[in-house]
Amino acid sequence: MVVAPMLSPDHTVRTTCPYCGVGCQMNLHIKDDVIYRVSAPFDSAPNYGNLCVKGRFGLDFTTHPRRLKTPLIRNGGPGEFREATWDEALNLVAEKLTQIIRESGGDSFATYACAKATNEDNYVFQKWVRAVLKTNNVDHCARLCHAGSVTGLQLAIGSSAMSNSIAEMEHLDTFIVTGSNTTETHPVISLFLKRAVRQNGAKLIVIDPRQIELTDFATLWLRQKPGTDVAIFQAMAHVIVAEKLYNEEFIGRRTEDFNEYIESLEKFTPEWAEGISGVPAVQIRQAARMYAQAERAAFYWGMGISQSTHGTDNALALTNLALLTGHIGKPGTGLNPLRGQNNVQGCSDSGGLPNVFTAYQKITDPAILHKFETAWHTALSPDPGLTVTEMVDGALLGKIRAMVVMGENPLMSEPNLAHARHAMEHLDFTVCIDIFMNETSELADVILPSASFAEKDGTFTNSDRRVQRVRQALPSVGESRPDWQIICEIATRMENLLGVEHSAGFAYPDTEAIWEEMRFLTPDFYGITYERLEREGGVHWPCPALDHPGTPYLFEDNFPRGRGKFWSLEYGTDSELPDTEYPYHLTTGRVLFHWHGGTMTRPSKLNEIFPEPILEMHPDDAHTLELVSGDWVEVTSRRGSVVCRVMVTGRSPVGTVFLPFHFVEAAANLLTLDKIDPRAKIPDFKMAAVRLRKADTPIREGAEIAFDERGTIKDPTTYVH
Amino acid sequence: MSDRVTLTIDGQEITVPAGTTLLEAAAQLDIEVPVICYHDATTSNGLCRVCVVDVNNGRLLQAACVTACANGGKVETRNERVERSRRTILEMLNSAVDLHQAPAIQTLMTDYNADPTRFPDAERREHALLDDNPFYMRDYSQCVLCWRCVQVCAEDAQYTFALTFGGRGFDTHIATAFDIPMPESPCVFCGQCVGVCPTGALKPKIQWGMEQGMTPDEIRQSTRRPRRRREETEEG
Repeated sequence: MVVAPMLSPDHTVRTTCPYCGVGCQMNLHIKDDVIYRVSAPFDSAPNYGNLCVKGRFGLDFTTHPRRLKTPLIRNGGPGEFREATWDEALNLVAEKLTQIIRESGGDSFATYACAKATNEDNYVFQKWVRAVLKTNNVDHCARLCHAGSVTGLQLAIGSSAMSNSIAEMEHLDTFIVTGSNTTETHPVISLFLKRAVRQNGAKLIVIDPRQIELTDFATLWLRQKPGTDVAIFQAMAHVIVAEKLYNEEFIGRRTEDFNEYIESLEKFTPEWAEGISGVPAVQIRQAARMYAQAERAAFYWGMGISQSTHGTDNALALTNLALLTGHIGKPGTGLNPLRGQNNVQGCSDSGGLPNVFTAYQKITDPAILHKFETAWHTALSPDPGLTVTEMVDGALLGKIRAMVVMGENPLMSEPNLAHARHAMEHLDFTVCIDIFMNETSELADVILPSASFAEKDGTFTNSDRRVQRVRQALPSVGESRPDWQIICEIATRMENLLGVEHSAGFAYPDTEAIWEEMRFLTPDFYGITYERLEREGGVHWPCPALDHPGTPYLFEDNFPRGRGKFWSLEYGTDSELPDTEYPYHLTTGRVLFHWHGGTMTRPSKLNEIFPEPILEMHPDDAHTLELVSGDWVEVTSRRGSVVCRVMVTGRSPVGTVFLPFHFVEAAANLLTLDKIDPRAKIPDFKMAAVRLRKADTPIREGAEIAFDERGTIKDPTTYVH
Repeated sequence: MSDRVTLTIDGQEITVPAGTTLLEAAAQLDIEVPVICYHDATTSNGLCRVCVVDVNNGRLLQAACVTACANGGKVETRNERVERSRRTILEMLNSAVDLHQAPAIQTLMTDYNADPTRFPDAERREHALLDDNPFYMRDYSQCVLCWRCVQVCAEDAQYTFALTFGGRGFDTHIATAFDIPMPESPCVFCGQCVGVCPTGALKPKIQWGMEQGMTPDEIRQSTRRPRRRREETEEG
């Protein structure tokens, strides 16, 4: 064997992981401009030395040969492009967009901010949209993930952020995980949850239709029928009220509308809920008692709660339980929506939403609007803009003429993809800013190559509102540039074309200058500076003053809306339910080794271990359909059809199949429907009716390889932990 | 006062909460006690014995990572007895294990004047290089059996329990159950094991490839070919 010396780094750079919302701190070890090793500092929140497979081994996408290296201009049909200079591409974008403003006004734009880009990128993006394009049509994929949670929490308590920090998890007493496959979607958070159970004897209640890994650690697992969450939570509230387990002192001091609420609960008995959800009434009673009688109890949830036509109701039902028991505003309690993307919290915080500026300052508040008009030297639209889901329909109706997409891939992430693609084909002009070509940019008129997280500076805000630094570790790839620089170039050119007298300000020397502007306009961020982040590693906002320590848990003394409001709920569903024609329930989600639309994980070694989509199916259903693991199956809904292999596993309940949405060769969102929650506008990604039949082996890369030789795709329920 | 104990370490008096280990107390006095198997993030087991210190001139040296401070104790962290013990431990370790990619242990060897040729006829722990997954390589010829990887795979971090021990006595080695390849084990490839490995036994595949002189593209295109690699290993 060759005795090679240990590789030593040219330099190591401390930065923040670009994958999920945990915000793990990591050191990139660089040799010859390649990240050859990723380590994690053991002394730093939030991950304390831990990483998951994506952070530790999945950063090789940064140097993948398919990275976009020059601007591209459409030259023929979809997917046909020619290389262009920056000047040519930027001028074309500025001229086209300016022409559209003149012809149809700013509200004919739809823009996607980016939950993967930095706070600084997103601040500049929404500033450009609002101050130059003159519209509030800016939104991002948070609409597709946590809009239900955000809307529910805003209605009930007035703030949508996770109320407690990751660091508190180890000291939990009782906690409920629902609609979150935490070990795969937030792997490092799941370590602290597991530790709370195993080391500190915390009680875990899992409420989830799928037999996720956390059920192995649970004291109690309520396996409800998909979509019946509200029934369970309402029945738990019923038990807490009936058995007088509620916290009278807290209710009297901190909440309102309690009396109406308890009247509304009367009919929601555990026996009624058992009929709806299939969960035995006795288990619902047990769960209610465990939660209410705990000294400290917390909720953690993910997409299973939010991505539903009743996502807002789900979040309200959870909030009702927290208000009823007073399990909020103390360490180890709270309402904790686990944010999906590295900077989905930060993108929302930076104003990447159609109705608010930074840190949720409302555009409809004249004083706030005036503050930003003064700072940006221009009149701004006071009307809330369109949400992501409304933008697609706007394009179809001709109301939206141009779209600017920064780092997102709506043609993988939108529901009912065929419909979304059809809508986007109606656009006059589309600009994509991305690090790779993806399904959306293939439809673009101009593609601008941007820098990945490893090639730029800035900040990300993780799931528990901790602002942390992102630092440049690699030189830019080809001619790619950081997103904020690209936006500033477009904005400046447009201001010139429009003859703007006093620029809104797009001449930033660096990202720190952008952050400084943000914090002066945002009381909640005022106390956070780059210098402080350098010193402290991270600061939890709200942080209103330079000597303020930051806020690891929220709502200690009051709620942003004053009193917490109990919301009386009705049970019902608008979801598409299985019927004789489409007899199976399809639910979608993520797997450990991949990331959302797959733009980053498929050009990575991660793809080698999980190279293709698989449909999870219960053994009873497999028996009925005469399928075994590895057979090809066609999955058809009223919207579309895909073909993939099946994996027979007890993870899925009978009658329900699960398909991850990362894989373009069997894009789950061709099947999902674009029905939305009326308040949150979030699509019903977890509920679609499908029919299944055995299919022939498709002509597809890797299809000839036997199933058991494809990476590590295997039935996780067969392990004993 | 019974919950606090007072002792002297290398002549300096210190008072610490009962239960504090000698290693922690020494660190508070800025006295560095060398360690190999110890890691802040893992449970201490006193395996490598390189952290042994002299307590009250007792018959046996005590492993500082697991020994609690006792009231009135008189501790010497580096006297002749301690030095000789550490030197012998390092020489024995070096006689059986390939330590060329363990710079911290190499530094200790120099610091303690350990003779790398002291046990020339010792049997060496030889293991074939294991390349069974896209993310990391396992070269147990470089393994000092510190247990850290097994511990972070289990209750010290990941709760995955993919790693365990195989063999007995001198043949003890880190393994999966029944030596199945990693992709067939419960491994989730978090790499916490790689993060705590004190030697070159566990390392990212990209790092390994670059050490072998491969280009990033060659590493990217390399897929798992266990059979071919086994032959290579036999030749080497």
